[in-house]
Amino acid sequence: MVPVSYYLSLSAILFTIGVVGVLVKRNPIQVFMCIELMLNAANLTFIALGRYFGTSTGEMYVIFALAVAAAEVSVGLGIIVTIFRVRQSIDLDDSALLKS
Amino acid sequence: MPALILFWILAIVCVGAAITMVSSTNPVRSALALVACFLGLAVYYITLSAQFIGAVQVVVYAGAVMVLFLFVIMLLNLGAPVAKPGKNSLQGTAAVVLGAVLLLALFVSGMFFEMPGRAASAATAQAQGTVKAVGLTLYSPSLPWLFPFEATSLLLLVTVVGAIVMTRRQV
Repeated sequence: MVPVSYYLSLSAILFTIGVVGVLVKRNPIQVFMCIELMLNAANLTFIALGRYFGTSTGEMYVIFALAVAAAEVSVGLGIIVTIFRVRQSIDLDDSALLKS
Repeated sequence: MPALILFWILAIVCVGAAITMVSSTNPVRSALALVACFLGLAVYYITLSAQFIGAVQVVVYAGAVMVLFLFVIMLLNLGAPVAKPGKNSLQGTAAVVLGAVLLLALFVSGMFFEMPGRAASAATAQAQGTVKAVGLTLYSPSLPWLFPFEATSLLLLVTVVGAIVMTRRQV
């Protein structure tokens, strides 16, 4: 059996890649993808620890995280479509109306 | 030993797909790399005897969520992105440095942490990941998951209404 620390290390690496992507990317769609990657890294932690302790609590948390992620994506992409319709651009650097 | 080999193969696939996603400037390429990463994670869930979650991962994440992403990319039809030099290079360097610091902090904190107890046996874990076990845990009145489940259904309803209200054309 693979030690649980391997899974936690992989989860940390994936989470860090997601954080770097959120900071680097200027396209909000790609920023959303990086957020999804971070959520999945957290899910991997839940599943690995649930397997280690032999409880189903981790799986329950992952189910709710999945539902919240699906809701977040649909609302977020709706916001992006609306911003694109108003400004004809979705570049994050162009959306600086509050930073005058 | 086969489990360890599978772990390393999947780790290379997942991390490689994630790096491809972050480094690519084309959103469609990013989305497809993310699908590969999600599928690798689904196999991880199945090897961790969470079969139901693995199936849901494929259906919801690799299926529904990524179709939504691709659909919006096609809908907006952004074309090739134009590279804006200047502050972006500085931002990228700062982000990579901050990411390295975060990864180091996570690993150092993990080094000082001792896992309590011992890993559960394979038989115990195997019984926990089936649809039957997940359903019995989720809907059991004596466990605290029933109310969050109902709240989640309300959240999804609000999401559907909100997405439609936001994106419909003003008439």
